[in-house]
Amino acid sequence: MQANFEPVIIGYLCNWCAYAGGDLAGVSRLQYPPAMRAIRVMCTGMVPPELIVDAFRKGADGLIVMG
Amino acid sequence: MSVSGQAGDFQVELKQHPRYVDMEKCIACGLCMEKCPKKVDDDFNMAISKRKAIYIKYGQTVPLKYAIDGQNCIYVTKGKCRACEKYCPTGAINFADSEKIRKIQVGAMILTPGFKFFDPGANDFYGYGKMPDLVTSLEYERLLSAGGPNMGHLIRPSDGREPKKIAWIQCVGSRNTHRYDHGFCSSVCCMYAIKQAMVTAEHSPGENLDQRIFYINVRCHGKEFERYYESAKEKGIRFIKARPKVTPSKNNIGVTLTYFSDDGRRMIEDFDMAVLSIGLEAPKDGPNLAARLGFELNHYKFAKTGSFAPVTSTKNGIYIAGAFHSPKDIPQSVTEASCAADEAAKILAAAKGSLTKVKTYPPEKDIAAEEPKIGVFICSCGINIAGVINVKELTEFAQSLPQVALVENNLFTCSTDTQNIIAQKIREHQLNRIVIAACTPRTHESMFQDTLREAELNPYLMEMANIRNQNAWVHQNDPVRATSKAKDQIRMAVAKVALNRPLTRLEVPVFQKALVIGGGIAGMTAALDFAERGFETVLVEAKDQLGGNALSLDQTWQNEPIQPMIAGLVEKIETHPRIRVFKNARVKSCSGSVGNFVSEVETSGSVEKISYGAVVVATGAKEFQPDEYLFGEDPRVMTQLQFDKTVREDESVAQWAKNVVFIQCVGSREPERPYCSRVCCTHSVKAAIALKERKPAMNVFILNRDIRTYGQWEDLYRKAREMGIIFVRYTRERKPRVVKEGDNLFVEVHDAVLRHIFKLPADLLVLATAIVPNDNQTLVELFKCGINADGFINEAHPKLRPVDMTVDGLFVAGLCHYPKSIDEAIVQAKAAVSRASVVLFKETMLLDAVKSHVTEKCDGCALCLDVCPYKALTLETVSWNGRSAKRMKVDAALCKGCGLCQATCPKEGVLIHGFTLAQLKAQSDAFLQAALG
Repeated sequence: MQANFEPVIIGYLCNWCAYAGGDLAGVSRLQYPPAMRAIRVMCTGMVPPELIVDAFRKGADGLIVMG
Repeated sequence: MSVSGQAGDFQVELKQHPRYVDMEKCIACGLCMEKCPKKVDDDFNMAISKRKAIYIKYGQTVPLKYAIDGQNCIYVTKGKCRACEKYCPTGAINFADSEKIRKIQVGAMILTPGFKFFDPGANDFYGYGKMPDLVTSLEYERLLSAGGPNMGHLIRPSDGREPKKIAWIQCVGSRNTHRYDHGFCSSVCCMYAIKQAMVTAEHSPGENLDQRIFYINVRCHGKEFERYYESAKEKGIRFIKARPKVTPSKNNIGVTLTYFSDDGRRMIEDFDMAVLSIGLEAPKDGPNLAARLGFELNHYKFAKTGSFAPVTSTKNGIYIAGAFHSPKDIPQSVTEASCAADEAAKILAAAKGSLTKVKTYPPEKDIAAEEPKIGVFICSCGINIAGVINVKELTEFAQSLPQVALVENNLFTCSTDTQNIIAQKIREHQLNRIVIAACTPRTHESMFQDTLREAELNPYLMEMANIRNQNAWVHQNDPVRATSKAKDQIRMAVAKVALNRPLTRLEVPVFQKALVIGGGIAGMTAALDFAERGFETVLVEAKDQLGGNALSLDQTWQNEPIQPMIAGLVEKIETHPRIRVFKNARVKSCSGSVGNFVSEVETSGSVEKISYGAVVVATGAKEFQPDEYLFGEDPRVMTQLQFDKTVREDESVAQWAKNVVFIQCVGSREPERPYCSRVCCTHSVKAAIALKERKPAMNVFILNRDIRTYGQWEDLYRKAREMGIIFVRYTRERKPRVVKEGDNLFVEVHDAVLRHIFKLPADLLVLATAIVPNDNQTLVELFKCGINADGFINEAHPKLRPVDMTVDGLFVAGLCHYPKSIDEAIVQAKAAVSRASVVLFKETMLLDAVKSHVTEKCDGCALCLDVCPYKALTLETVSWNGRSAKRMKVDAALCKGCGLCQATCPKEGVLIHGFTLAQLKAQSDAFLQAALG
């Protein structure tokens, strides 16, 4: 793996917990690498498996469903 | 400061300390805190860490606004500095702020000053303050917390190493009559100690932790608490009935505990750390408050309240909620808060809605035929965003995105000025979709939606890109990648917003009537409160008489007679013009949803249809009938309620009975019923005291596994011991045995403390049997609500929504939720009315717009039907092109917009407004395409 590898990661974040946690990390100024792009959902239950497969097929390196 | 007047018309004088920060202007960027040179102990972290003189108490503070601590601020105390004022980008610092006296006029008051933690430092019994690794439970809580001084990395104070062997010492300051200590049980410490041990285990998975909780009795009397206790034991947390002495270990690192083990050996052991489970006490300012407001306190300086009006102080119009009138946990405090709101609302009934103002908006523009024309507003948030992200580059980038017509960069997008500008730009450029790249939608979405609405746009034509909380603030040292992430965030928001459609919030009419199921003390209390608040109420009781279990009870723990109170309540209910009582009745059917229920009520053959907007379920519970200890075989063996009746009806019992034995936990805390029935310990202790008072020579034994006289009931337990009632502790593995020799009954019990078998003669044997719920299965089928493994009705959230049920419009009260005392049942019933009134108060109800909707692609395969947790979907037959076809139908009032249906449907037949598959995919694709080409 290259040293400058920049992973392409999508995060599906539940509005009520993980997304709120992301906001709190901000208020607390907790620092983490800027690799993930968050998509806010009202419940992780609404994310269909096809979307996850589709993202991998298109080349995503990782996917986090947080809820 | 001072109070005059009476219930319905109080004049209150309040003193407001200066904050020195203008709440309207502060945007919580935190720059002031960064620049403030004054460090002080952080009280919230129990002084383990430091904070600045300008601060927010903790990350989740609502509203998120800074404040200056005037006692420590260099400028306020010494007249020099003003660094915060110099750096604040919005001019929010206001050193001219001063103490204000405000006069307000109110009809009722609710007091919630809370409690104070017991200070073990005031009493040198444990050596607290002399050993760095001996901490209070609150200090330990902060050490464990992700928001604490070590960000959740548990290290001990002395040498910063991770502790592996930790002891908790229970009842510090509680259940003790020594100087400084308190006689009551603090109710919550057993559970928080178990929780801390469990969380510690989660922090160090796979490691060989040695965690021990030293206790007097483990009191897990709340819903699901006993299961938690059992799971802690399974996880290897050890419980030792002992009261250790704490001394310093070598070099004062760690601590040494000296105690007696279960088998009577004296143990001297080193621990890495010890935690004092400190109790709760009445707030310091309580007596002052009581004197100024004119209500009474009890001998523990808690506010005095009665069992039948559990949140009403001794002064009319003043109500108490939370730990100010006895130690209690979160669910109980939240329930009391709703109950107090109900009591206050009754006083304020005449003024209801008189201060309500309705905001009006211009009519909405129809944009259906227009192509998306997107406006992007990028916020610098002072330097909060602009200090990390290159906003100039971001602005140029946004202009290159498809369908974007306008991009603007603002210093503070949330300021009133900028919002006016946004509304103006929307009109000027005919924008029909908006992206706000700023902070989080969780705090600011509704505000910007309002701006759209002012500009004649539907509020749902807006998306936010969270480039502050989830970007600039968390990538402060990586501006290049943060800028590139911000571009993606805007790209994704633009892709999504192009697909946004106007959404409307459905407005449904509400039947402003209530249904109460169950005519026990909880149900009757609820029905009467509904009626007193002006709502027509139907009360359905299964039996031919109102009253329920309370008809078998004599006195409360405070010696208030129960029967006259019940009789009074029944009379009020049966004569109230707004209450209809159906006896020998059952609810046969239910259709509709919150605000709009219709049911059939069946009474001896006849069926009547009723409509209502909300329900309080109070179906009660019953005393368990056991099949052990010769129950049912020997008439001298009886349950608590049978015994109460015997003593009530037969005066001679006290004459002939010489030895009375009580056995606790019969049917409770057993594998088939793994819960504590909460009230049986106090019930037996009270019954035993009554016997002993009538005949001091009588031998009274209470065989128990733990005596759980929580809160101020501990006074009864102490009194019982002082009177000579003998408490014998047994374990579930070695339960007592009842033997009959000739005509005489004996109980053989192995005393777990003395490790000796005693044979006790029993002229009467009283079994404290479990409280078991009535059959709630019919309710589950009718209302689609949930019950737990023990058959008790589930609440929507055990702490935050303790009286709401899992289905909207349904509320729970009394024993059907969990075993509880009369005062707790009354509190819950009034709380349920308070919560239900939120629904019933308005003639119409606005539903949320984010709901599922069925598309023309639905072919009625009904895969989504089973996954819907709210039973919001039904299968219907529609006529289509002259043929009949199956299709799903959504009840918008039941749907919560979780989208499980959307994820399950194989053909996009059901989608969620605002979060459709296409919208989710647009975001994912926008990012992937840019990143991977």
